[in-house]
Amino acid sequence: MKRVRYILEFPPETSGKPLTYHLVKDYDLKVNILRGVITAGKEGRLLIELEAEEENIDKGIRFLEEQGVTLKPLSQQIFVDLDRCVHCGACTAVCFSGALSLDRETWKLSFDPEKCVACELCVSACPLQLINVAFNSRV
Amino acid sequence: MGIKKTYEEINERIKKGEAVVVTAEEIIPMVEEQGIKEVAKKVDVVTTGTFGPMCSSGVFLNFGHSDPPIKMAKIWLNDVPAYGGIAAVDAYLGATELSERNGETYGGAHVIEELVRGKKVYLRAYGKRTDCYPNKEVEGYIDLESINEAILFNPRNAYQNYAAATNSTDRTLYTYMGVLLPRFGNVTYSTSGQLSPLLNDPEYRTIGIGTAIFLGGARGYVAWHGTQHKSKVERNELGVPIGAAGTLSLIGNLKEMSPEFLRAAVFYKYGVSLFVGVGIPIPILDEEMVRFTSVRDRDIYTVVLDYGVPSRSRPVIAKVNYEELKSGEIVINGRRIPTAPLSSIYKAREIAQKLKEWIQQGQFLLTPPVETLPRDKTVNPLTFREEG
Repeated sequence: MKRVRYILEFPPETSGKPLTYHLVKDYDLKVNILRGVITAGKEGRLLIELEAEEENIDKGIRFLEEQGVTLKPLSQQIFVDLDRCVHCGACTAVCFSGALSLDRETWKLSFDPEKCVACELCVSACPLQLINVAFNSRV
Repeated sequence: MGIKKTYEEINERIKKGEAVVVTAEEIIPMVEEQGIKEVAKKVDVVTTGTFGPMCSSGVFLNFGHSDPPIKMAKIWLNDVPAYGGIAAVDAYLGATELSERNGETYGGAHVIEELVRGKKVYLRAYGKRTDCYPNKEVEGYIDLESINEAILFNPRNAYQNYAAATNSTDRTLYTYMGVLLPRFGNVTYSTSGQLSPLLNDPEYRTIGIGTAIFLGGARGYVAWHGTQHKSKVERNELGVPIGAAGTLSLIGNLKEMSPEFLRAAVFYKYGVSLFVGVGIPIPILDEEMVRFTSVRDRDIYTVVLDYGVPSRSRPVIAKVNYEELKSGEIVINGRRIPTAPLSSIYKAREIAQKLKEWIQQGQFLLTPPVETLPRDKTVNPLTFREEG
């Protein structure tokens, strides 16, 4: 079993189709919707976690792409500049998913993109402005 | 008879490269294993460190005279206003002053950081023409090397303990204590606890006016007690204050400092601040100083205040120690609430370690205070007097 997180971008013409239904029914994917936004003009963005055999995930992704949906792995849409980080921990105050955490021994910050739900609270919480999440208008 | 050491004796040992120096964290297990007396014999100096956002910071600058000269009255550096109401080409740039162009994300602290990084900064100044200062305006790039002085002078740094923050309301609060989530969603705190300078000398025996310190990566000094210095406070049996207490006013040469230990900060919807790296060496003059410097996070208590109440006297929600705060969550009214620091413990350690190396290598001698800090000072609220 493989588990991956993707940001899906829907053009307006796809918004009427029951795509999640097809992912579950036709490709046997476990779909967990973590976050969604629909902007004016019915463009939509969805953060989903897919869990299934790798082969099925690939098929599901191909299906979505054929429907005009753009998929981006979440890990490639979040930018935490750890090189410039001072490990103050301010971002961890808002990271309820636990993706950003301080090691209690070294007190260094670490980031685990697989726990991230792209809530973007950390973007404004980082005093050094070192975090960027491409989910909302920032894409 | 207890052990007694003088500054002179300790400095002699430092000069010979024989001084035994440990950090305020390293001394804790030493005392637990060997006892206070043994450690007092062995250890000469304990180093401390803190690296937190400290708003009350800024830099005095002297730009040098233009030809023809100008008496600068209105001054901007990268569009951030600096105070020019002192002599002709002197100015004070405050860390929290906001840029007139992009004030949400850029301010005095950023100009300070850029100067320390060796970058050029755009100076613009206007003044009134006088017989001795015929010029009315100047502008152009300057950098840290081109100007005469850049003296970091911070009226209030290195708070001895500070209240932790939480939020009882239904909306997210954006504060200088970071983003506080609704309905007690988190607690933030801002000290380095057992590593923090004034928590290791709680009664200001050795830290006073003239004490040589680590400031922003260079040697600096304690200039005075800090503003809002509050020494007459509730203390525990070790003399450690519970909640905000003493403060320090610090001074040092910006030209010698490093961007590793001075970093601009933006607190969203609040403003700009400056992360300042401060480390203070504490001489082990006697056994009492061992007792003070071996203070542990679990001995240091603070209060958790509700920032949801818009008052000077915010209600106290809980009293907790730093071991609890640093564990990552505390329990308030039976509920587990995540905690997060704003002051970098990682950097605080780095500072204490660096200062330790300076002393071990004989590069940094200790200075006894010229005068001690006030011991019974209280803080006044703003009080308006009757007219006339």
